[in-house]
Amino acid sequence: MAGIFFQKREIVVPGQLLAEGRYRATTGTYSEADGKIYSALVGLAELRGNTVKVVPLEGVYIPREGDFVIGTITQVAGNNWKVDIGGPYEASLHANNALRRPYDEDISHYMDIGDVISAEVITFDRNSGPFLSMKGRGFRKLTEGMILEVSPAKIPRIIGRRGSMINMIKDLLHIQTAVGQNGRIWIRAPDIPTQRLAVKAFKMIEEQAHTSKLTDRINVMLQEETVKLKGSQGARVANETIDSEKEDSN
Amino acid sequence: MSPETRPDFLITPEGLRLDGRRFDELRPIELQCGVLKTADGSASIRQGKTYILAAVYGPRELHPRHLTLGDRAFLRCVYRMATFSVPDRKKAAPSRREREISMVVANALEPALFLEEFPKTVIDVFIQVIQADGGTRCASITAASLALADAGIPMRSLVPAVAVGKADGKLIVDLGDEEDKYGQGDVPIAILPRTEELTLLQQDGYFTREEFLEAMQMGINACKYIHELQKDALKRAYAKRAPEGSDEEEEEDEGGSEYEDNLEADIGESDYDEEDER
Repeated sequence: MAGIFFQKREIVVPGQLLAEGRYRATTGTYSEADGKIYSALVGLAELRGNTVKVVPLEGVYIPREGDFVIGTITQVAGNNWKVDIGGPYEASLHANNALRRPYDEDISHYMDIGDVISAEVITFDRNSGPFLSMKGRGFRKLTEGMILEVSPAKIPRIIGRRGSMINMIKDLLHIQTAVGQNGRIWIRAPDIPTQRLAVKAFKMIEEQAHTSKLTDRINVMLQEETVKLKGSQGARVANETIDSEKEDSN
Repeated sequence: MSPETRPDFLITPEGLRLDGRRFDELRPIELQCGVLKTADGSASIRQGKTYILAAVYGPRELHPRHLTLGDRAFLRCVYRMATFSVPDRKKAAPSRREREISMVVANALEPALFLEEFPKTVIDVFIQVIQADGGTRCASITAASLALADAGIPMRSLVPAVAVGKADGKLIVDLGDEEDKYGQGDVPIAILPRTEELTLLQQDGYFTREEFLEAMQMGINACKYIHELQKDALKRAYAKRAPEGSDEEEEEDEGGSEYEDNLEADIGESDYDEEDER
């Protein structure tokens, strides 16, 4: 009997039968010799074409080639930096992949322990890596703003379909952000209240990641809050003008 | 606390057990997921008077390094009993029994996990017995597998476990402390429910061949019931985290194509206003 045994985006548990027959098992699932596909995770089951997958709701960061990540330098070893990118694996960044030649022998001049960088995972397999690279646009040392840590499993939702969620937040709040696949978000906002609002939005997405219509709810929340923010700022400006007028009259 | 005495009988003349259960009846079981905030995954189990917490951390970097396995994650289980978990104070030092149960629990869970997905790492499972009233090793396995699922670790299946024993010549499921102490035998069983593969099978006391086979069957049936409770607890934990206003109808309207989650098309980077310095 071939078929699908789950509802669209149903919460499934490990060992639950998902599909049987001509379907293909991908991330979050496993198949047995008899062609049946079972879930390997707690998550939301999805069918795309004839591939079955389970989007996890929890989990640590496991690097994948091509991932954009945000990390902290923990060690400078010869011409390598060791970078903490979260998760169980520590990454290496070779100077050749970060600096333009010729570079100084002591690479700690460029980036030192504690510096936060954005980079790309260029290789990772069972035997070696992960190795990072900073060649390309957008990869650099992050010097301002703040880093927010969220569960890496929620990152796809924070970015949204083709960046819909993150772009909406950026447009509404006029902030700069970079979202690393390893669950770290760099935020640079023009002022503290906006920054707090951005953090609130990201936390809200993290908490409600497996619910629908989230983009709309975030939009409403941000609209309301920005109005309040502008209101209070406007009031402050108004008060100041009154004060200064008083001073003038004195 | 008065010294414990052996009860006159473990099976009452009416054919019930000390706490009024039938032979094949489990104690009331209450499972909960995500009870600890700092752990990557956690679960608690109440089974009669037994109360156990399980916490999972990882996969994470393994220290000490020499324990690293090149081809898979190392599953490190630590079973501990609180000093106040039993009527006579348990000594705080780790006992031989605790080390044995730690190992047994690790062995029972390992076949269910896809450890090969995380080479060179460790998955830590900490099991703390808060209150012990028999059947702690089985309850530990039940809770630990739930905590592992809660931590998002890929696994073939949840692992339910239960003990079957013999008291006054009758086979009984899910022993309480007195049945365990004064009964004639004890067989803890853990299974992978779908295939009925055994991952834990121990025995003390004497059983005839027929009794043993029947005990196994009783254990497997009880495990399957516990498995249903586990699945339910897991789904309940995640359903609860969904806020109100995201009811089913809405999801219907939205349709699959509208789902914003698109792993393939995701780009994790924003445009920077200024140019790259280097």
